[in-house]
Amino acid sequence: MLQDLQAQFLGSTIGGLVAGSIYALIALGYTMVYGVLRLINFAHSEIFMIGTVTSLFILITLAGGGSITLGVFGMIAVLLLIIIASAAVSGGAAVLLEQVAYRPLRKKGATRLAALISAIGASLFLQEAFGLKIISWITGKSGRVQQNAPRFIPHEELFHIGNGVVRTDHVFVVVGAVIMMVGLDQLVSRTRIGRGIRATAQDPEAAVLMGVSIDRIVRITFLLGGAMAGVAAALYIMEYENTDYRIGFLLGIKAFTAAVLGGIGNLRGALLGGIVLGLVENWSSIFFGSQWKDVTAFVVLVLVLMFRPTGILGESLQRARA
Amino acid sequence: MRFGRVFAVAAAASLALAGCAGGSTSGGGDSSTLKIGFMGDLTGENSGIVIPPRNGAKLAIDEYNKTNPATKLELKEYDSQGKPEQATSLIATAVGQDKITALIGPAFSGESKAIGGQLEQNKIPSVSPSATNAGLSANGWKYWHRVVASDASQGPAIANFLVTAKSPKKAYVISDDQEYSVGLADNFEKTLKEKNVPTERDKFAKDASDYSSTVQKVKAANPDIILFGGYYAQGGRLLKQLRDSQVTATFATGDGSLDAQLISGAGAAAAEKAVVGCPCNIPDAGSTDEFSTKYKAAFNVDPAIYSSEGYDAATAIINAVKAGNTTSEKINEALKTIDFKGASKQIKFKENGEPSTDAINVYQVTGGVLKNLGVSTEAKLNG
Repeated sequence: MLQDLQAQFLGSTIGGLVAGSIYALIALGYTMVYGVLRLINFAHSEIFMIGTVTSLFILITLAGGGSITLGVFGMIAVLLLIIIASAAVSGGAAVLLEQVAYRPLRKKGATRLAALISAIGASLFLQEAFGLKIISWITGKSGRVQQNAPRFIPHEELFHIGNGVVRTDHVFVVVGAVIMMVGLDQLVSRTRIGRGIRATAQDPEAAVLMGVSIDRIVRITFLLGGAMAGVAAALYIMEYENTDYRIGFLLGIKAFTAAVLGGIGNLRGALLGGIVLGLVENWSSIFFGSQWKDVTAFVVLVLVLMFRPTGILGESLQRARA
Repeated sequence: MRFGRVFAVAAAASLALAGCAGGSTSGGGDSSTLKIGFMGDLTGENSGIVIPPRNGAKLAIDEYNKTNPATKLELKEYDSQGKPEQATSLIATAVGQDKITALIGPAFSGESKAIGGQLEQNKIPSVSPSATNAGLSANGWKYWHRVVASDASQGPAIANFLVTAKSPKKAYVISDDQEYSVGLADNFEKTLKEKNVPTERDKFAKDASDYSSTVQKVKAANPDIILFGGYYAQGGRLLKQLRDSQVTATFATGDGSLDAQLISGAGAAAAEKAVVGCPCNIPDAGSTDEFSTKYKAAFNVDPAIYSSEGYDAATAIINAVKAGNTTSEKINEALKTIDFKGASKQIKFKENGEPSTDAINVYQVTGGVLKNLGVSTEAKLNG
């Protein structure tokens, strides 16, 4: 047992940070939408899936059936290209989703439950649309099977931390995720748009009286959350190099868990929740085996919520520092 | 009311179709043609592994009919979509209306389990080219046969092959959480324990995509061989992540991963030298042996998974008919004594319908394609 811990701890920590960074980026979308609308956007996992398909499409086009070999600057350029493209497409898809699935209900004053059902419907619709048709248009293969992306960043050892190996791709994922999170956090706490988002989260009626356009703020919230899922998708494709039409399902549940764990509606909570979840999962595997990953994750969630019902950080978007 | 009309039209149409199927002669055709059924998923999501054995069976029957025998055979296809409930209604039609004499199939284990009893009651002999569930032969069915080895012989054969080829000091068994995967992994582990190879084991969820915790465990254990129970999607992802983390141990798996998608999922470099065992015998692409040549001439594609087994299942029935047996019962009697060299292996049945040779073939990824190395007891690994 101790021997296992000694042999696997550092490696598991690195793996946990990589998985956790991706959870955290996806969790941002859940958290922001909840903060502003008090709505869990269950179609967010499909927004992530759309991002992975976008990245896949660009990489397949670049490779043209072969492989991609690049210098350091080329790698960073291609990575930036797929991040920007996926963020744009995912952000756009999220805005469209809000327009089609949520806005009409909100305008009619429907219950939150109706919006939830609408979200589940949108999620299934997107999954099936991609599984049946869209993926096969893009790749020419059946949309029901796993799609593979070519490698453009080597998965080679960069340096050691004790017996844990840090690879190039690990560094790209963690650094990329952290830059994005800090950027979003600054945007929400320092800009006019951010102030509008915080005001709407705090008190929609008062915000309207102060001249904030709710519809615009909601649209921007979906755009930002979707774009973050797009960034996560690009990093995911770079790291794991495959996707399929159901890819969002498990990751979506994990990211949602991370958001609740950190405190739903709290941006920094999403970051913390994602990292904690990734680490706990990987550390628990050392003792119980990998099949207990998901069980452990949810046990930790329940334990945290028993003692801190609002999650680890608990404060919401509305009370973020002005 | 409207429903009633639709129903009437449908009933009339089905009667008309039945009339067509039965031909113009009443009483199920003349005595010199016997109907042989083929049942399996011909148009559903797994049709990719049922069409090849269907083609093999069709090839054997067409060849036989060309020799102008006294008793001709007619192949009737029943598309069960691989669904047990579909198979039960189709077999009723096949036996009651079409009066089939024998059945090739069903292709899958679930449907075989579902209709075994009906075949038994109606005394229709069946030979499956591809159903591998180990429990099928434990039902005491007298009319059921198969030409492939069961899942119970696959696991031990693959594990034994690797122990012989690699003399491992340590082994690692991995699977996802699906029924087939765990069953195969259990068999791997049992065999390795019997051979006194220290074995560790890990399992992950089938929908997971990050196997880093499993990879860490394997790295810490530092095994010489890794045996994976599961299908190619998970197998490909696992193999990629193992190789990316500098795990160089020999990777082996079973028939669920015998597909080109194992190689595309892992990446050609990572998949190189991976070993896949299967109770099926697939000729290499571009082989020029007699069966491959005939098959390619007939269908314009290379033989695929279970092609040769389909051919052999049909040949077993043909040989029984050749010996002058034209009733279901007599054919079943003849199947008990059959012994010939088929396209896949020597075909001979045990008392319980299992093939007497439970040969498992070993395939290895060589230059980005799966190459057939031959039977596991004789095959030699290339590095």
